[in-house]
This record gives sequence, structure tokens and C-alpha cells, in this order.
Amino acid sequence: MISRMPKRLAVPMRRRDLLKLGAALPALSTVGRLFAAPASPARFLLVFLRGGYDCANFLVPYSSSYYYETRPHIAIARPDASGPHAALALDTDWALTPIVRETLLPLFQQRQLSFIPFAGTDDLSRSHFETQDSIELGEPAQGRHDFASGFMARLVQVLGASEPIAFTDSLPLVFHGGADIPNVSLKGIGKPAFDERQTSLLTSMYAENHLESAVADGLELRQQVAVAIADEMVAANRGAINTKGFALEAQRMGKLMRDTYRVGFVDVGGWDTHVNEGGAQGALANNLDNLSRGLVSFAETMGEQWKSTLVVVVSEFGRTFRENGNNGTDHGHGSVYWVLGGTISGGSIVGEQRPISRATLFQDRDYPVLNNYRAVLGGLFRVLWGLSPTQLDRVFPAAKPVDLKLV
Amino acid sequence: MTGRSAGTALQRGLPAAALASAVVALVACASTASRPAGPPPSRADVLWLSRVTYGLNSQTLADFALHGRAAFLDEQLANTAPALPEPIAEQINILDVTHADATQLLAATSAEYKRINALADGPEKEEARKALNERGNELAYEAARREVLRAIYSPAQLREQLTWFWFNHFNVASSKASIRWLIGDYEERAIRPHVLGHFRDLVMATMTHPAMLQYLDNAQNAVNHVNENYARELMELHTLGVGSGYTQNDVQELARILTGVGINAGSPAPKLKPAWQSLYRRNGAFEFNPARHDFTAKVLLGHTVRGRGFAEVEEAVDILVHQPACAQFVSRQLAIYFVSDNPPPALVARMAATFSSTDGDIARVVQVMLSAPEFTASLGSKFKDPMHFVVSALRLAYDTRPILNTHPVMGWLNSLAEAPFGHQTPDGYALTEAAWASSGQMSRRFEIARAIAAPNAGLFKPEEGSIASGEGFPQLASRTFYDALEPLLTERTKNALNAATSQPEWNTLLLSSPEFNYR
Repeated sequence: MISRMPKRLAVPMRRRDLLKLGAALPALSTVGRLFAAPASPARFLLVFLRGGYDCANFLVPYSSSYYYETRPHIAIARPDASGPHAALALDTDWALTPIVRETLLPLFQQRQLSFIPFAGTDDLSRSHFETQDSIELGEPAQGRHDFASGFMARLVQVLGASEPIAFTDSLPLVFHGGADIPNVSLKGIGKPAFDERQTSLLTSMYAENHLESAVADGLELRQQVAVAIADEMVAANRGAINTKGFALEAQRMGKLMRDTYRVGFVDVGGWDTHVNEGGAQGALANNLDNLSRGLVSFAETMGEQWKSTLVVVVSEFGRTFRENGNNGTDHGHGSVYWVLGGTISGGSIVGEQRPISRATLFQDRDYPVLNNYRAVLGGLFRVLWGLSPTQLDRVFPAAKPVDLKLV
Repeated sequence: MTGRSAGTALQRGLPAAALASAVVALVACASTASRPAGPPPSRADVLWLSRVTYGLNSQTLADFALHGRAAFLDEQLANTAPALPEPIAEQINILDVTHADATQLLAATSAEYKRINALADGPEKEEARKALNERGNELAYEAARREVLRAIYSPAQLREQLTWFWFNHFNVASSKASIRWLIGDYEERAIRPHVLGHFRDLVMATMTHPAMLQYLDNAQNAVNHVNENYARELMELHTLGVGSGYTQNDVQELARILTGVGINAGSPAPKLKPAWQSLYRRNGAFEFNPARHDFTAKVLLGHTVRGRGFAEVEEAVDILVHQPACAQFVSRQLAIYFVSDNPPPALVARMAATFSSTDGDIARVVQVMLSAPEFTASLGSKFKDPMHFVVSALRLAYDTRPILNTHPVMGWLNSLAEAPFGHQTPDGYALTEAAWASSGQMSRRFEIARAIAAPNAGLFKPEEGSIASGEGFPQLASRTFYDALEPLLTERTKNALNAATSQPEWNTLLLSSPEFNYR
């Protein structure tokens, strides 16, 4: 057997005792202990909308008559104080879909939310897989690619002790290539697979094996999640509002990121709206409602920690500006990213912009990309963690970070 | 099969304390391939066999007992594969993918996509598109089903691992373009015939297969519209390895050499000027079209390549596969998969020397590797990737008994993030422990162990393409276990197994044990 020093001495029993006492959970042994960078209270969550959400029916460019000409069946009506299905004006050009009236609008008004239109990548394949992969790798479009290294794994290496976690079924590409980063899906999770006796038997077989801590941590994480869910059930019994869908998942994420983890990733699917997308109501609106309720529930669960938390919502691409023949939209290019946080200077639409008309569309079909995701995220990371140019260059090689003055 | 498994006895309420004796008593009845009476295999032989195969079953042990190590290895390296067991061959024979013709499929699907695109937008168009995609996904599933059945049941265990390895080395993903229709053919015709042959043949076969031509975009590579994607990966991932000394200029020159190498599934040959007509090539869906080729001279890795059509491509491949970097890179990849995450440089050097002196004869290189003292020294220390884990667990649990439904197997592999044909990027799945032994992966693996260990895993629910119905229970406490695996167990693992309170729990612990998770 290849000999390797255990990363640390596992003390699962002690951690379980802590769990029972309801104390703050100590982090699992993950990457970066050796770097010993000063621990930063900053927390970061990347929300990846897989499928390419239709940003133009979320952040509506209502000053563009071309939007109304080209979306006869699915456009969201211009702002109108009396219309329940009219868009909610944010400034003279942009308005929000009314489905987020109770969720995102208050966050925007409290300056805890901003939007970056015309955001995205220079990948032009318009393929979900290729574009998602290229974003997660975070490398320049030209030149050699390291397919085994995601940008959040590099971020975690640069940050040192940052307690990363992926709230996904398997470790996403964005976290590939680092040391051991835990992942756990919080969707529809039942009882932990193994009870305490079985967990202890499994762990016992790996005592003094170099996988000892990975085994203990993996089983432990499932236990932590089980405890978080048990808390929910207690809360529910006291008459708490019953959450479901992403809102429930986000509440669980909030607990784990409030107490333990500081760099998180989650993906949300269901955005590939080729058919019957809907407008102020319908399939896309329902998805946006679910997502927005989740983010609000995440912010609430984070409590005090929300002040030091940054959430960025991205998607692989936007969709065609015009509706298609099936009351939907097809794969496009530029998207609208969201930035949320308890203390950001939000309430704004930021980044490079241009008026929208047929002439300004990219390839006569899509939003152009004026704000590259590497420049946007790099700029946010620089301020959030005070990263040096060298550190930033490790996360996003050869990127030119922009400062959007949000953090 | 005459014996009942210990698991069913326990489920009928045998007390936990009776477990040990129940297991021992029932083992004698377990179905195993006939094995000559004699001493059980040595610890060294068990470790060796666990690495040379996907994992032990009674058939492997019987073959080994009959032939001994040298003859067993010769058989594994032989150019003609022994036949599959009859029921497995029948299951594979009734799959559509077995009888599909890639060129015809490509032509038919292209025509169908064209027809659908011309339809007016509406539900009919959506339905047609959905139906076509579903058919493609079914074919890709059948290809994966075939691969998994062969991995579990083929006596040619080394060949099966090499088929997985070379597919992964020349990876294509079924999600892109029309590749789902082609992936079975790609494995069957571009990879499988060459896995123990000459490396150059693998390069040529993958290069000219429509799946690779679509996947890395060389189908779009034409004079004045150069696409470098395949040229770059041909050097970086397929032959030389990154950092081996080639430059961006070499990538561009190789891309120009590869202009005109593309796909023609069903159309007539292009009309060409007379000087080009003899340069036109076509084989299946592969086409070399001189009208799309850049005929100017190129310089690749210091060699001047005179512009003259497809002969340039063959010359370029000769240049690449004869680079010392190619012998080194390919040997090291093999050694990472079969020997160690950090293979000893001296072993890689001997493999590379064999590669160079035999014109890239893979069987000879593999023989050097498997006969090396470094190989012996490494036994038992290579962490199983999910494919090895799942296949070896099924070989132990069900021995030679054919499972009927492979959907649960795909689910387990998918859940462990190593689905057949599922790696999106051209680098293929990782070959080293770090990618598969994270905390999240370990707990997931134990959950899959529990699913495999359970008597109701769904493996005997007939699916389309299975020819019999039946039932089966995992029989992990078998003669194979007692003869071969139990002697390898540490006291810790034995103590854990002894503390099991049911047969499924015992099975789960065995499949989760460190001894079972290394090969």
C-alpha cells in the first residue's frame, strides 16, 4: 500500500458529541490546512443555473421596443403600477419579472442585490456541456486547457483554510483538481444511509489507512446533514412555514454555510425553455420563483453571517432574444448574472451595457457578452478576499479583473 | 443452483449469532465454476489475479489453477479473444447496436434531422426531435450495456480493461453532436480490434472514425478555415503528452496537415478537378476531400512534410508515434492505470524501450509491465476506480451467473461519476486515486456497496434485450471469498465483518473494506 501520512487524526466520536450538544460544527478536514492563511469570515456561494436561463424574461429590457416586437407571445408587460402581471421597474431601462415581487425586489431595494447584464463567456459553441465546462474550468478561451482543474478548486488553494463544499450529487468540475473537497446533495435527502453502529464499523476498517479521514469525513457529513434536517422537523412541529423545493435545499445550505463552510457551490436545473416558456407566469416564472424563494431563505438562515456573504448566480449562456415558434427561446449567448450579499453596495444594474435593438444583438440573435465571467468573478474575489494579482492569476489565468464596486 | 444464499436464510429470521455457522454451512452449496481440487491460490497469486483481471470470480480461479501464471497471461495477451459465455453472447447478439452500421445510421439520422428541421415549428416537430434523440440514447445505452456485460463476464479480462483504457485514452462523449449513434461502433471498430495491437493503428482508427471527427471538430477543419482542436489533442492527449516539447506552431502545422479529413455519411463523392481525383479517399463515413485540404508544405516537429494529400496525414502519424515522447507518454499512462499513480520511472523506461523497439506493439509493452518486479511490488495498492469497484463487486457477488438488467449498474457508475461514455472533455476519466477517494466519493461508494449487497438490486428484472427471466441473490460469502479473499483481510476488517448482524450488512462491509477497494 502506498504509505501516506494521515491528513489528521480523525476524532469522529468527539465531533458527534459536539453535534449532539448543538455546538457550532467544526469543519471537516479539507484542503488547505497547511497553507494556514488567516481565516477570513467572508463566505461565497456560486449558484449555477444549468440549461441557460432566459435572462430577458427575468430582467426585462423594457425600454427596448424590439423586445416587444420579437416576443409577441412571451414578453412581460411594461411596468404599470396597477397591473399585477406588469414588470417591476428598477430604472429607466430595466425591470424585474413580477413573480419576484415579494422576494428579490425587497432585496434590490435594500441594496443587497445587483444585476450584471451582458455577462458570459467567449465560448461560442452554444452547447450546454461545452459552455458549462469551459466556465467551470475558468481558463482563457484560447490556448491549452487543463481539463482537470476547476476555478473554485484553484480559489480554494489560493485561500488556504476556506472550508469548501459542493451541494451536489457528485463533485462538479469547478471543484476538480484540488485536494479533498466534500460534496453532498441536499435534495430530497432521507435518513443517513448508515446508522451510528454501521458508521462506526465502516470507519473502524479504515483506522490507520490513509483514507481514514476521507472515510470519517464523508460519513460525518451525511450525519451533519441529517442533524440539519432533524432541526427542520423540530421547527416544523413548532409551526414554521413549510418550505419545499430549492427553498428547502437553500435553507439546509444556509445552515451548513453559516456554521461550517465558507466556499460553496450549488447547481439548479430546468432552465432550457425551448417550448412554452411563459411570460409573467408560466414555466420560467415558476422556476424563478422557486430560485428566488431559495435565495431569500438562504439569506435568512445565514443570520449575522449574511453580512459577510456574497452569492453570485450564473448560467452558461443566455437565450435567443427573439421567441421561437414554440413560445420558447433557443440557445443564445450573453446572460444576466446576479450578485447578492448582506452588505454589498447593491440596488444597481452594473457592468458595461448598451441599448438593445436589432443592430446591437450579437450575430443578429443574442445578447452580446460585454462582461466576461472571469473578469467579473475575478474582480469580486479580489476585493472579497484581498487577493494579489499573482493569486488572481492562479484562479483565472490571464484574466483582467474589473471592479464593479459592489463589494 | 441448488443452495439458498445465507442472505435469504437470515431474512427469514435466523438470529445474528447463527450467522457465522450459517454462512460456512451454505458456502459449500454456492454455485462455482468447476475448479480442480487442490490447495487454494497463494496470496501472491490472488493479488496478481486481482490486478490482471477486473476482479476475481470462480472461473478466473479455475482457469488460473489449470494453466498457471505464465500460460494464463499468454492467454490474456493473445490476439484472439476467447468466446464469451453463451448466455452473455446471446444477450449481446440481440442488441440493435450489435448489428448497426455506423455509416448508414449517420446518413439516416442526418436525413431525419434535416427533415425535422424543415417541419413547421410546433408539437409535431418537437415530438419528432424527441423521438430521434431517444432512439440515439437507446443505442448509446445498448453500447454501454454491452461494455458492462463483457467487463463482468468475458474470460478476456485484460482485453476488457484495455478496451476501457484505450477508449478513455481516445475519449469521445456520447452527448455531443450525433455521437450517441456512433459510440458503439467507435468502441467496436476503432478501439477494440487494436487494444493489444500496434499503437499506430489505434491512432489511425480513432482519427478516421466519425465519432472522433465530430467530437474534436476535425470534420470542420479545412483550408483557410483551420480548426486546431483535434490536432492539439492528438499531440497533447493521444500521443506526446503535454510539455513534451512541441510548440503552438507544431499544433498549427499539424492542423493544416489534417485539413480535409472529415465525414461524408451518405452524399455522393464531391466533383474534383482531375489532379485531385486520385487523392480522394473514402472508407465508411470517413472522407478525405482534397478540395478542403491545404496543399502547401508544412514543418512538423522539425520534419518538412511535402503537401500531397492524405499521405501527409500518414507521414505525420508516423512522425508522432516514433517520437521518444510518445513511447514514454503512452507507457506511463498504461503504468498509471495498471501499476501505480506514480509509476516507477525505471519501469516506464523499460516499457518505452519495448514500445520503440517493437513499433508500438501494445501486447509486448503490457507483457513487460505485468512481468516486472515493480508490478509485483505494487500489488494491492492501486485504488479501484468506480468501474473496477462495481465490476469486481458484481463478479464476486454473482460469479458467472448472468445478470439480466444493467440499468442498476449504469445508475451506480453514474452515481460514482464514472458512467460509461459519460466523460465530457477529451482528457478522459482520471486514472488516479485522488479523483475517486474524496470524502464525498467514499460515503457514496459505501452506499453503492450496500445497494450491490442487497438481494433486491434489480439486476434480475428482465429488460428489453435480456432473454431470460430469473432471480438471483448476491453470494459474497462464497468459496471464492474463503479461498482467495479472506486470507487477505486484516484483523480490523475481520472484526467488523464479525460484528455484522445480517448477511446484507456483512456483504456491505466486505465490499466497503479497504482490502476490497484496492487491487
